[in-house]
Amino acid sequence: MRLLQRLLQDKPAVLSLSIVAVTMLIGLAAPLIAPHPPNLVHMELRFAGASWSYWLGNDHLGRCVLSRLIYGIRPSVLWVLVALLASAGLGACVGFLSGYYRGRLDAWLMRLCDVMLSFPGYVMTLAIVGILGAGMTNILAAFVLMKWAWFARVTRTAVMQVADADYVKFAKVTGASGLRIMTRYIAPVAAPDLAVIASSTYGSMILQISGLSFLGLGIQAPHAEWGMMMNEARSVMFTRPELMLVPGLAVIVLVSAVNFLSDSLQKALDPKLMHAMRSDKPGAVLGRWLRGRGRKEAA
Amino acid sequence: MLSYLIKRVGVALPLLVVISFLTFGLNQLSPMDPAEVVLHAQEVPAITEELIAQTHAELGMDRPFLARYGDWLLSSLQLDFGESYITGKPVWSLLGPALVNTVKLTLISSFIIILLSIGLGVLCALREGKPVDLAVRGLSFLLTSMPSYWLAALMVWYFAVKLDLFPTSGMSSADSYVLPVSVLVIGYAGIYFRNVRSSMLSHLHADYALYGRACGLSERQVTMRVLRNSLQVSVSVFGLAIPIILGSTVVVENIFAWPGLGTLTVNSILGRDFPIIQAYVLVLAVAFVLFNTVSDLINAALNPRLRKEL
Repeated sequence: MRLLQRLLQDKPAVLSLSIVAVTMLIGLAAPLIAPHPPNLVHMELRFAGASWSYWLGNDHLGRCVLSRLIYGIRPSVLWVLVALLASAGLGACVGFLSGYYRGRLDAWLMRLCDVMLSFPGYVMTLAIVGILGAGMTNILAAFVLMKWAWFARVTRTAVMQVADADYVKFAKVTGASGLRIMTRYIAPVAAPDLAVIASSTYGSMILQISGLSFLGLGIQAPHAEWGMMMNEARSVMFTRPELMLVPGLAVIVLVSAVNFLSDSLQKALDPKLMHAMRSDKPGAVLGRWLRGRGRKEAA
Repeated sequence: MLSYLIKRVGVALPLLVVISFLTFGLNQLSPMDPAEVVLHAQEVPAITEELIAQTHAELGMDRPFLARYGDWLLSSLQLDFGESYITGKPVWSLLGPALVNTVKLTLISSFIIILLSIGLGVLCALREGKPVDLAVRGLSFLLTSMPSYWLAALMVWYFAVKLDLFPTSGMSSADSYVLPVSVLVIGYAGIYFRNVRSSMLSHLHADYALYGRACGLSERQVTMRVLRNSLQVSVSVFGLAIPIILGSTVVVENIFAWPGLGTLTVNSILGRDFPIIQAYVLVLAVAFVLFNTVSDLINAALNPRLRKEL
C-alpha cells in the first residue's frame, strides 16, 4: 500500500494509470459503450465523414470507426494482458522453483531458459505464427512461449537474493512449508521486480501485436483490432488519412501511458532512484519538463 | 583469452544444434499437411488419399523424423534448404537475394543508429538536465511509443506523396533507402542512445573521473577517457542490436515493398510455404548466436575481467 501511496504522489503516473485503467474498462464494457455494432456494414455510408451518429466517421465498409476502436481494445489491450499475465505467471513459477530449491532442477531449468533466450524473439513469433497459421490465439501462444524465460530469470535472481535471509531461515526452522515460505515470505519481495519487467514488456507487446495484425498475421477479419484497422486504412491513406491517424494515436497514447507507468513504478519501488533524480528513464524527465512548462504557461 | 575463446565457442556450438533441431521440429507441429499445400499450389483439382501419399513419398515425409532431420541439417549446411512448396524454386535462390537486400538495409541503418546513439548519448550525458538533454529524451520517449508502421505510413504520405521527394516503395535507387532507413533509425536510436547515455553518466560520476579532474586534467581529457570506457559497454549492446534489427525489418519492408527477407517471409507465412519459413528462422537464429558470440569475444578482449565469467 505504501507503494500505491508513493505512486499516487506522482501526478504523471496517476494520469498514465487512469488512461490505462479507463481504456481497459471501456474495453470490458464495449457492448454497453459502443454506439453501433462494430461489424455492421452500411454500404451507403462508405467513407462518410464525422457525423452526430458516427463521431469518427465510417470506414471502407461503412462500419462505425468509433465502435470498432472501442471493440479493438479487447484484442489489442485485454488479450495482450492475458498473454502477459500467463507468461509472467509461468515464468514466476519456474523462477521460484529454480531460485528456492536450487540444485539440479535449477541447472536444468536455467539451461532451458538460456536456449529460449538465445532465439531472437520477433523471429520466433513470426515462425510460430508461420507454422501454426495466422490468428490471434497463435500469436498470444507465441508470446507466452517466447517471454516466460525472461520472467523466470528475473524472478530467480530476486528470489535468490532473499532465499538465504535470516527471516526465511527462521521460517524454515519454525517448520513452515516450502510453499508457505515462498508465498508468504519471498513473493512480496520478488513481486516488485516482476512488476517492473512485466509493465515494460506490456508496452512492447501491444506494439508487436498491432504490428503483426497490420501485416495480416494477427486477428482475422471481420474482427476489429487497432493494427488491423490501420491495415484496412492503408489503401485509402491519401484520401482519408484520419482512418489511419485515429487508431495510430490510440496506440501511441496507450503505449506511452504504459511506458510512463512502468518508469514511475520503477521509481516508486526504488526510493533511492526517486531521491537521486539521476534516473536515466525518460519518463521522469518528460514529467518534470511538462510540469515545468505548465507552470510557465500558468504564470 | 584462448581458454575463454574455446569455452565460449563450446557454448555456442551445442546451442546451434539445439536451434536447428527446434527449427526443424517446429514444422511437425503444423496443423496443415505440407502435401496439401504442395498439391494446392500445383492446382490439382481433386486431392485424393493416393495423391497425398504419393506427395509424401516425393517430399521424403514417409521416412523417420530423425533421418529427415539429419538430411535436412546436412544439406542446410551447404545452403540447400530444399524447394519452395509454392513456386518449386530452390529456397536459397529466393532467400539469398532477399537476404542481401535486407542486410544492405540493416547495415546502413545500424551504422547510422550507432553513430546517432553515440552522438546523442554523449551529448545528453554531458548536458545532463539541460534543455538539450530533456528535449532529446522527451522526443525519444514519444518516438519509441509509436508503431513503426504508422510512422512509416505517415512519412510515405508526407515525403513521398505530398512533397514527392522520395520513391514510395521498392529498391530502385539510392533515394529508395532514405525512408525505410529513417523509420528504422528513429525506432532504434531512441532505445540505444539511452544505453550510451546512462553508461556515460555512470562513468562521468565515477571516482576515477573525479581523480582525473583533481589531477588537473581538462574536462575534454576527462571526457575522452570516460568515452573510451563507457563505449566498451556499448559494444555488446550494439553487437546484439544488429541481429535484432535484421529480424525486425519485417514491418518496414512490407510497407516500402522492399524486396527483402521480411516481405518474402510474410508472403511465405500467408502461403504456408514451410521450407522458406524454416530457412528464414535458421538463418536468423544462427546470425543471432554468431553476433552474440562475437560481441562477447570482443568484450572479453577489451576487458580481461569478463573472461573469468562463464
